[in-house]
Amino acid sequence: MATTISELLKKNKAQLLDTWIQKQLASESLRDDLMTNDELRAQSEELVNALANIITESNINQVDSTDFDEIFEILSAVSLSRARQGFSPRETGLYIFGLKEAILDLLQDKLADNPTQLFTEVRKINRLLDSFSVVTFETFIKGREEVIFRQTEEITDISTPVIQIWDGILALPIIGTLDSARTQVVMESLLQKIVDTGSSIAILDISGVPAVDSLVAQHLMKTVSATRLMGADCIISGIRPEIAQTVVHLGIDLSNIITKASLASALKHAFSMHKLIVKQGGTDKTIR
Amino acid sequence: MEKIPILRMGAFLLVTIQVDLYDRLALTLETDLINMVHKTGARGVLIDISAVSIVDSFMGRILGNIASMTRVLDAETVVVGMQPAVAITLIELGLSLSGVYTALDVERGMSLLQTKLGPNDELTDDDDDADDTE
Repeated sequence: MATTISELLKKNKAQLLDTWIQKQLASESLRDDLMTNDELRAQSEELVNALANIITESNINQVDSTDFDEIFEILSAVSLSRARQGFSPRETGLYIFGLKEAILDLLQDKLADNPTQLFTEVRKINRLLDSFSVVTFETFIKGREEVIFRQTEEITDISTPVIQIWDGILALPIIGTLDSARTQVVMESLLQKIVDTGSSIAILDISGVPAVDSLVAQHLMKTVSATRLMGADCIISGIRPEIAQTVVHLGIDLSNIITKASLASALKHAFSMHKLIVKQGGTDKTIR
Repeated sequence: MEKIPILRMGAFLLVTIQVDLYDRLALTLETDLINMVHKTGARGVLIDISAVSIVDSFMGRILGNIASMTRVLDAETVVVGMQPAVAITLIELGLSLSGVYTALDVERGMSLLQTKLGPNDELTDDDDDADDTE
């Protein structure tokens, strides 16, 4: 009676691990800049141990058996961490394919005298490891998507700071195009800051907005109206000549909104609304 | 039945809404307030909604209606203390409450009403941009 594949794996765990590590070290996909050999060894060992412990003659044919949940967890963790560390999909894929190679080598070695059994076992192990690879890829992509999502959120937060530039005067330099999601963030942070600081004037500076179309203008108007509902006045500044042109060509009516060409003139206007006067030190000269 | 108190402060009426307005309450408030404006000859109405955290389009309309009705009776309406979430909701509902004056808090609302309506007994110039004396 020939030995079964699960027994083979259990018995030759150490050899299997060694072969796999050898393969990984020899492979050109090895990234010793991202991960040390010790880490790689620990990671691989965990997976080989789990596989050898879990695999039995009955579950090897059922890749969706709950027995493999532990392995899927390990694989997901490995592939998520690799996605965050900046491994390429190819490198992550080769990692798990390396294990398959190692197992196939082992089988060939041990079952060389029984080609029929070798073939059946190879098919079984192939199917099992293919499903492992699929899981690895899926989680890898999920990991990348998480990274992208987090970056998008961070950019949105960073690009819409609300600054208090004077007592009772807030400025909000908008950088990048305004879409619905960003308008929401802009509005929320602006309105909250108005409440927190008790400011009565908000300056929306759009020098950093590359283009104003009717949708962006609509979003701007929304923000202005919301500010007005809170009881604060809103000034739109930083309107470049080409934006003024597009606004007029699009037939957008900004006449009931205070608009200024530069942040400086918006600030001057805000000062005059607060009845503040700026004086140059030492002289009686008043700057307006 | 619950009622929202309307306080008289000189020429102004002060309404502080401390509960979330449901439709019937809002309608009662509208009627009471207009009657009160008529009875007292008030020149301004100040509605504090700082405690209101939930709005719907109906309440937005009621606020607009109150403003229009008081204007017919020669009084101005100032809504003060709107929460950011409420403001965003109203804007998303397409209600910008044009015709309603707004202020950050009761104090600023009062001074806004005074500048809007008090040129007869106050010496201040009611035109903001006109006085630029050094």
